[in-house]
Amino acid sequence: MPNQYFGDYITVLVFMAVGAIIVGGAVVAASLLAPNHPNKTKSEIYECGINPVGGGWSQSHIRYYIFALLFLIFDVEAIFIFPWALKVESFAEAGMGGFIFVEMVIFIVILLLGLVYAIRKGVLRWE
Amino acid sequence: MNDWLTQAENWAFILIALPMVLGAWRSVTSRNVVHSVLFLVITLAASAALFLLLGAEFVAWSVVLVYIGAVIVLFLFGIMITRAPLGMETELSHSNQTKLGAALVSGALFALITVAVITGFGETEIVSNPTRTSEIGQSMFERFVIPFEVVSVVLLAALIGGIVLARRDPAEPGDSSSSLGGAQSAHVTAEGGEA
Repeated sequence: MPNQYFGDYITVLVFMAVGAIIVGGAVVAASLLAPNHPNKTKSEIYECGINPVGGGWSQSHIRYYIFALLFLIFDVEAIFIFPWALKVESFAEAGMGGFIFVEMVIFIVILLLGLVYAIRKGVLRWE
Repeated sequence: MNDWLTQAENWAFILIALPMVLGAWRSVTSRNVVHSVLFLVITLAASAALFLLLGAEFVAWSVVLVYIGAVIVLFLFGIMITRAPLGMETELSHSNQTKLGAALVSGALFALITVAVITGFGETEIVSNPTRTSEIGQSMFERFVIPFEVVSVVLLAALIGGIVLARRDPAEPGDSSSSLGGAQSAHVTAEGGEA
């Protein structure tokens, strides 16, 4: 069992390494092959042909924060769906499919109440 | 020592722990607060890899999805919406006294955890049987069904609490036309950021 576990993750590692080599190789090849003649105008930040105003470190609006907050909560919800999804089939084979389905429906409906609250409070409205 | 070096897990541990320590060090010493958060990503990714090495698969991917995926985004937004100056700070804004205090507290915490772990486990050999995510699902829906449902109520409470803390006051009708860079509610943000 432990050997199979680590074997699985060595497969993952090999995939990650191949991906890194492909991306890294493309970047290195581009920097070797592409012509490179920088000048001041070319390296300026481009924004629709207008000269940029202000610095790059600008302040963003608070309404993004609430979306990040909602994302965090529903991300935690999604985490709990993974072990459930792995077990649905074996529970269904044991005749408990209805039970495990209803459990997840209850879980999601309780959290949907939070989404309903957010919509009713106008949090999701982009004014 | 020789025996320690021949085991592959120990080499994997060193490979993971070195970038972890480096990321933690840079996230504390970095002069740019956004860079600090990005170095924190390295630390969190390495801790996820350590969990994988321990055989705690579900915890590892939870760290990746929730911490690297969502909490870091929350941190970045929290930094980006405050009025605090972003970008390079020429000097770290803490006095030497504060640094000494922080070093003392973190050193004491490290010592405490080390002593607790050593006295708690001592020479006990920990049998490292990897826990697959499907086993967690098995016990979750066989033994811990009610706690599982309670988790959703806890998440609901966190969701509503977060909205209450971070939502702008509706009694500011003039704000709706403000630009995306508007800063009227920065103080509200600061409170929400602590949550």
